[in-house]
Amino acid sequence: MSDTLPNFQLLRPDTIQAAVAILHDTENAKLCAGGTDLIVNMRRGLATPKALVDLTAIKEMQQITNDTEGLHIGAGVTLSELAQNTPHSAIAQAALAIAGPGHRFAATVGGNLCLDTRCQYYNQSHWWRKSNDFCLKYRGETCHVAPSGNRCRAAFTGDLAPAFLVLGAEVDIASPQGIRRIPLAELYSGDGTDYLTLADNEIVTKIHLPPGSAKSVYGKIRIRGALDFPLAGVAIAAKKSARETRFRIALTGTNSRPVLLDDPAPFTTNDSAETYFSALNKAVQKAASPQRSTITAPLYRKQSIGALAARLAQGLTND
Amino acid sequence: MKQIISLSINGKQFEDAVSDNMLLIDYLRNTRGLTGTKTGCDGGECGACTVIIDGQARPSCITLASTCHGASIETIEGQARNGILTPLQQAFHENLGTQCGFCTPGMILTAEALLRHNPDPSEDEIKQALGGNLCRCTGYVKIIKSVRTAAEANP
Repeated sequence: MSDTLPNFQLLRPDTIQAAVAILHDTENAKLCAGGTDLIVNMRRGLATPKALVDLTAIKEMQQITNDTEGLHIGAGVTLSELAQNTPHSAIAQAALAIAGPGHRFAATVGGNLCLDTRCQYYNQSHWWRKSNDFCLKYRGETCHVAPSGNRCRAAFTGDLAPAFLVLGAEVDIASPQGIRRIPLAELYSGDGTDYLTLADNEIVTKIHLPPGSAKSVYGKIRIRGALDFPLAGVAIAAKKSARETRFRIALTGTNSRPVLLDDPAPFTTNDSAETYFSALNKAVQKAASPQRSTITAPLYRKQSIGALAARLAQGLTND
Repeated sequence: MKQIISLSINGKQFEDAVSDNMLLIDYLRNTRGLTGTKTGCDGGECGACTVIIDGQARPSCITLASTCHGASIETIEGQARNGILTPLQQAFHENLGTQCGFCTPGMILTAEALLRHNPDPSEDEIKQALGGNLCRCTGYVKIIKSVRTAAEANP
């Protein structure tokens, strides 16, 4: 017996079908791949599954393939493998900005896309949360971030999602009925508690990226430079022609879901860079909705993500 | 639930029954008595618990023991042989890279995995590799110098 973690049964299916069947038939089961976030949360008493379904034996989820329809990345690919095997700068930069090198050997693409939302009132020990009457996200009745509201304001802080969003990713979702494919943005609900649109018996199995030659970049703001979740993160893809540059921009860490902005007007040869990127900074700030979910002030996160986005976008036009 | 795992630790083969919820660090420290691996933050943030699993330096406090079935694990106890320090341990000793010593097993195993993969790392590459390891004495200069010294001693 070991009492560091609550008791659970560990199940290790080796096919997607078997994993879906276990999920469907087992009450209170949770998916686990690298476990680099889930195990920490379980130690804090934030999850007490009866069974953990370990996905790391499913070989078909660990492949990256490339064909005329684009790049197909298994959800079980580790972050260190992803960083070495993607042609997209934003994806490699986002993967390498997640946690530390040791975590990236275990943590997976699917795990980061489905990363639990975070909040200063949630990612705490049991006694800390208990002394605060818990919170709306787990076991409590009040969101301490926005007590007058009825919605959990925990922030989505996955680094990969914005990079995949600006490159037009779709995801495969396996269920007992088979596999369905949806745009990545539809994976997220926008609610801090039920932050994914997945049913209890569904698994994200693969990410598809269309072929394309857009240049891309990812940047994040964090407290501990070597290893931390984003206070705010931004991915930008740019398509350049002789007369204009078109941007796609997505954010993480600022809202309860990753946010894909409406495409801004292109930057043309007639535009003043100062005016254009100042407007882009403002548009990003408008889309970001940071709350008191971190100890860092929301206004700081809002202003800095706008400035970072403008700087990164301008950098792409100069390349 | 328990499972029988068979794994290699510092070159020796072991077979043990571990409960599904047992963490690798608890298995190493409590079942195998290898207390050189340290529990620091208890949450995957500090790297004191780092061990080498199949050639990769990973935090053992967020790794389930039963997922290490068939793996080859190296801990700090397996580094020096017959009382002779490895070049990396010797470099930590000579450059005072050890300081209070609590983060040292994790630092050494992370740096050992780095040097095997990249025998001549730049200062930046050393910093990147050690990014997941915290030193509470905060004396990173001597740690980085120790890793560089070991790299230079092993051309």
